[in-house]
Amino acid sequence: MSDLVDLYQEMVLDHNNRPRNFQKLEDASNTADGYNPLCGDQITVYLKVEDGVIADVGFQGVGCAISKSSASMMTQSVKGKSVEEAEALFHEFHAMVTREPGTEFENSGLGELEVLSGVCAFPNRIKCASLAWHTLTASLNDSQGGHASTE
Amino acid sequence: MTSNKPFDVEAVRKDFPILSREVQGKPLVYLDNAATSQKPQSVIDKLVSYYSEINANVHRGVHTLSQEATDEYEGARSKVRKLINAKEDAEIIFTRGTTEGINLVAQTLGVQRVGEGDEVIISNMEHHSNVVPWQVLCDQIGAHLRVVPINDDGELLMDEYEKMITPRTKLVSIVHLSNALGTINPVKDIVAIAHQHGVPVLLDGAQSAPHLTVDVQDLDCDFYAFSGHKLYGPTGIGILYGKREVLESMSVYQTGGEQIKSVTFEKTIYNDLPYKFEAGTPNIAGAIGLGAAVDYINAIGLDRAEAYESELLQYGTEQLQTIEGLKLIGTAQHKSGVLSFLLEGIHPHDIGTVLDTQGIAIRTGHHCTQPLMQRFQIPATARASLAFYNTKAEIDALVEGIHKTFEVFSL
Repeated sequence: MSDLVDLYQEMVLDHNNRPRNFQKLEDASNTADGYNPLCGDQITVYLKVEDGVIADVGFQGVGCAISKSSASMMTQSVKGKSVEEAEALFHEFHAMVTREPGTEFENSGLGELEVLSGVCAFPNRIKCASLAWHTLTASLNDSQGGHASTE
Repeated sequence: MTSNKPFDVEAVRKDFPILSREVQGKPLVYLDNAATSQKPQSVIDKLVSYYSEINANVHRGVHTLSQEATDEYEGARSKVRKLINAKEDAEIIFTRGTTEGINLVAQTLGVQRVGEGDEVIISNMEHHSNVVPWQVLCDQIGAHLRVVPINDDGELLMDEYEKMITPRTKLVSIVHLSNALGTINPVKDIVAIAHQHGVPVLLDGAQSAPHLTVDVQDLDCDFYAFSGHKLYGPTGIGILYGKREVLESMSVYQTGGEQIKSVTFEKTIYNDLPYKFEAGTPNIAGAIGLGAAVDYINAIGLDRAEAYESELLQYGTEQLQTIEGLKLIGTAQHKSGVLSFLLEGIHPHDIGTVLDTQGIAIRTGHHCTQPLMQRFQIPATARASLAFYNTKAEIDALVEGIHKTFEVFSL
């Protein structure tokens, strides 16, 4: 039960119910679609990259509470960051959600994203948490419209 | 047990060792039977005794083990034949499962019958395994897939089906019991209508074989495909029933050992039915295990199990309908064993995760029926699917788990 409370923390539920930056950016410079074929979660990430900095970010899509809240928090945490900083953040986030359950991790700047640390105890939900980030990476790599898949 | 005694679910549960295990510190509540069923001890024992006592290849040895293995393997075929009341053992082909059975028909009779511009009819509630093989066939040939629509309760629109059949229709392939909705389709009518136009019909029996009494002669279907693992048997074994005259008219599927009579470099003469369609060393243990599963079902009585499951479904439906914010998907008049549902504001995957922490195993997702999800404009459902070893107490645990889910998600 405590794992469950860890997973669905209040902030996760809040982002699920009121996702931030939940919009299409009409003037996006980069976009990508992400898809988790296992459970059907779908997401589109829109970026406005200016001089190597993510000036604006938005997302749309359907998914579970974990994927939706993770996407919402992702947009908040990368907005205003350089592309390199955003990529570093993804690596750190990925390490956190894929670590051995019960082990500590070094939180050097994940901030609010830490509320998803409980995902590591639910191996079949890790892909839900990382979908938005994979899609972010795909959109950074392909300004013509990229695709990310968790499979 | 005799058939006038009430169905003793507690005794039946003791036959399934897995049902006594715990999950996450709670007694397992296994409600994912449409995905795969659990196995009785007698099936597990049969696999062990096959490998530890009579393991040998079938149909070729003169030695004792080979004879014993062949007898058991062919004995299993007879048991399956009786279960679905086919005319003869030769009409029972061992496959890997329902999927392989459908692919076999698509790539033999399908290729022979369907020409450019012709049509194959399926329905909106098919499993991907009864969509994709026909799609592939149609792409190869330049034919078209026609889809029988359904109503909001998840029932086929039979009028539309009748209108859809034209001289262009060369095959019909329809699910008997929907895995995602629980709808029991009027397959006898479906077959009769197709036959009026001389069109053969395949029935996907993956869900119906374990839960309904099936008589393929009464249904008059040309093919009936199902899987062993949903019928309390092992994985990797399945059955394709086909009428003799249709099977005989069909070209071969996979070729190689076992399915031939004689081979020279100039010419091969194929074996008789059913071996013509069983190339290579078969899944002997799987077939024998399936035979043991059929024995088990006969011992408890499929008709009594069916009546009990139907009582359980009714109880489950009533209980779920009392929950505010829950919507059932699949409310057909004729249903069996499946409770697919949505909870307001909560994604099915989150429901699945919360229930798992309560020891309750359900399936969440599209259930390999993406076109059906598109029809209902939903990404997924949560699905509890029943078997005769489930209890009302387990339905109560599900209901409690759903309330718990709402609690976790209340802000």
